[in-house]
Amino acid sequence: MSVLAHVFEAAGIATVTLSSIRAMAEKVAPPRALHCEFPLGRPLGKPNDPEFQHDVLARAFAMLGEPAGPILIDHPETIEDAESEVLSCALPPRFDPDLPPAVDEARGIRKAYDRVHAHRGATSVGRSVDADGVPDALGVLHRISEGAPWKDAGIPGGNTIAVCHDIRTYYEEAALELADTPDPGGRQIESWFFEQTEAGKTVLAARQAIADQGAPFPIWFYMTPGQR
Amino acid sequence: MRAHSSTLPAPTFDDPAFVTGVDLSTATVAIVTSAALHTPDDDAFSAGDTGYRTIPSDRRDLVLGHWSPNFDRSGLSLDLNVVYPIDRLTELADQGVIGAVAPRHFSFAGNQPDDVSTIRLDSGPAAAAEARHDGVDVVLLTPV
Repeated sequence: MSVLAHVFEAAGIATVTLSSIRAMAEKVAPPRALHCEFPLGRPLGKPNDPEFQHDVLARAFAMLGEPAGPILIDHPETIEDAESEVLSCALPPRFDPDLPPAVDEARGIRKAYDRVHAHRGATSVGRSVDADGVPDALGVLHRISEGAPWKDAGIPGGNTIAVCHDIRTYYEEAALELADTPDPGGRQIESWFFEQTEAGKTVLAARQAIADQGAPFPIWFYMTPGQR
Repeated sequence: MRAHSSTLPAPTFDDPAFVTGVDLSTATVAIVTSAALHTPDDDAFSAGDTGYRTIPSDRRDLVLGHWSPNFDRSGLSLDLNVVYPIDRLTELADQGVIGAVAPRHFSFAGNQPDDVSTIRLDSGPAAAAEARHDGVDVVLLTPV
């Protein structure tokens, strides 16, 4: 972001940058930066809080009145991730005991996903599989976790990162309908996915199996957030 | 993730530009985001994509194309404006705080090669030229 600020400024366009990594803003020194110690992925801080978002924008745009730079100031509020806060989020009971638990579960939350998709008018599922393909993709990861060679298991699109993105996004979007909390905090839904759902456990188990099979680091590491 | 990102190599800029004399109340404002957002009908971002996509100002049906699993994605699903504050800019224009919302906005993928040479020397300047063509005076940059 800070690099692009220099590029746009050089073209004669004034820039204001919302910084999320303060050390990087210090090093690259964009013309005007408001550092926001908010969860990564939420540069305006609070979803569905227009007043707070306007406060961020007002502080950012106020830097345009300064005669010289670089300017780096801090938003006075810090917002922590909520990854350790347990999300109350109902999951469907087991329906077909002949299926792997994650496959059964993914089928069970489909209606919740569809409602969110219809409400938002968009979905970020579809990099490797669409919603119809998520249960089968989980079936593939289940087989890998049980010992199937990852290269021959039929990973949709052949891309472990893309398919894990789709599975996780399918769940995270469905969780907006399933959660009791109206606005979950940063990484709270991520924790729910990896710690409470059968799908998250399957992704983690498949990732470990692929690593144990000697796959190159990028093939398995980026299937989940690094700290997982 | 913040701690790791803080250690990454960073380019430096000699004699950087600094635009002065901006009147926000008459300025046309565009968003540049590194969230790799794009419209569903546009090309998806590939892993390591150094290009950019333009987003028409009236579109809200945006897809997250970023390949990193290491940031919260639920905020975007809850409220597009927490990453891409297009409705907030529209409100500021209605209030006369800014002059206008630009007709198009620009989206890059934040997970770039360490030397960031392509966005610095090629795709970044190309996007800036398009913004200039659109009459953009001010850009708000939002990361993920």
